[in-house]
Amino acid sequence: MPDNYFARYLPILIHFSLAALLATAIVLLSWIIGYRRPTRAKLSPYECGMTPVGDARQRFSVKFYLVAMLFILFDVEAVFLYPWAVILRDLKMFGFWEMLVYIGIVLVGFFYIWKKGVLDWGGASTGRGEV
Amino acid sequence: MNLTTFIIVSVIKTVIALFVLLTAVAYSVWLERKVVGHIQNRWGPTRVGPFGLLQPLADGAKFLFKEDLIPPHVYKPLYIAAPMLAVMFALTSISVIPIGNVVTIGNIKTPLQITDVNIGLLIVLGITSLGVYGVALAGWSSNSKYSLLGGLRASAQMVSYEISLGLSLVGVLILAGSFSLRAIVDAQAGTFWGFIPRWNIFQGQIIAFFIYLTAAYAETNRVPFDLPEAETELVAGYHTEYSAMKFAMFFMAEYANMITVACLASLLFLGGWHGPLFGPPLLQAILPVFWFGLRVFMFLFIYIWVRGTLPRFRYDQLMAFGWKFLLPMAIANLVITALIVAIRS
Repeated sequence: MPDNYFARYLPILIHFSLAALLATAIVLLSWIIGYRRPTRAKLSPYECGMTPVGDARQRFSVKFYLVAMLFILFDVEAVFLYPWAVILRDLKMFGFWEMLVYIGIVLVGFFYIWKKGVLDWGGASTGRGEV
Repeated sequence: MNLTTFIIVSVIKTVIALFVLLTAVAYSVWLERKVVGHIQNRWGPTRVGPFGLLQPLADGAKFLFKEDLIPPHVYKPLYIAAPMLAVMFALTSISVIPIGNVVTIGNIKTPLQITDVNIGLLIVLGITSLGVYGVALAGWSSNSKYSLLGGLRASAQMVSYEISLGLSLVGVLILAGSFSLRAIVDAQAGTFWGFIPRWNIFQGQIIAFFIYLTAAYAETNRVPFDLPEAETELVAGYHTEYSAMKFAMFFMAEYANMITVACLASLLFLGGWHGPLFGPPLLQAILPVFWFGLRVFMFLFIYIWVRGTLPRFRYDQLMAFGWKFLLPMAIANLVITALIVAIRS
């Protein structure tokens, strides 16, 4: 292996290019080989034989946005934990207590969204603390 | 080794890896149909070749010759890009996964992995989490209600379980002290008292192992977390509007992701390629790869076994389970592991 640090990442790039090439080739091959005899019924959105009413560009539950926002928050937390985990043996107890404070703060937020009912999906049981 | 040799060796390894992975994908579909068939007291595929072994090839050929429709109501660029993205990321995620020791062929010394980088685990997690784009974009660009619902469900589910998955690995990182998958496996060499292997699962990471496995099942949209493609309510979920090879590509991506998950579970928790070595030098060189393959096969079998056994979750149960049970458990596991390691060091 060459000494250059970035050379180690070169194979990932090669691998990704080959995978991209393969994916493109499959789609193209299917497009070239496969036949196409479209009819109106085939081209309409599939709704189990019902005549479609409107399209799918409609509003959907705000819960999905909330989950996405929570994901960003908690994933950033997880990302902070990774480098800490790798050097914990050197940090010893000091590192443990420092991170315990951090996790404690995160858990306060977690407890708050839990009690606010952000984690409850639909149903009658979500009466209190609706967002 | 100079740069040219390095690139040639990398290309050869990549081509072999992609070939092996695609074959494994095709045959895990065959395995799944066969095993689920036997679980349900059926035979599974038997007609094409002995034991239906040529079935994957026949399926592939059939998918190629099928009608490749692009309905007029879809958003075309993303509709075509979505299955390509799914397959690309699924195939790339194996690029840093090691399958055995360092081998020497002639005068070229190379690890049995495409590349050994010091942030290997982060790269796998990063690339696999990009896979959500394929699903979300497929659901949205199809402009069909079933697809949209399937895509939304899948994205919300994948991001929710990704947190538990990520946090369950922190315990392993604390024990190994490195992101490199090779270093993590090397840290699990040896035994306790001569007979219990020092795998992470026996080093107190058994809870993390089950959290990882559960979250990974949800991450790959498999039973019992296959709500995005719940056929009784959503027809086929995010790939309802797809046909021919584009339809098959989502399955290729799903099975490739399953294999990545199985590889990671073996590497991080079950000691990777460690196992008894015996016999002549050639056998000793091949055995680690065999032990690793055996573990991966076991995880794939458990995937299929679970599919043949468990019913599907309800969506609110799924979300509650991920956020209210797995996440606190993962945090508790990492705090306890950190405490023990900090006291010992």
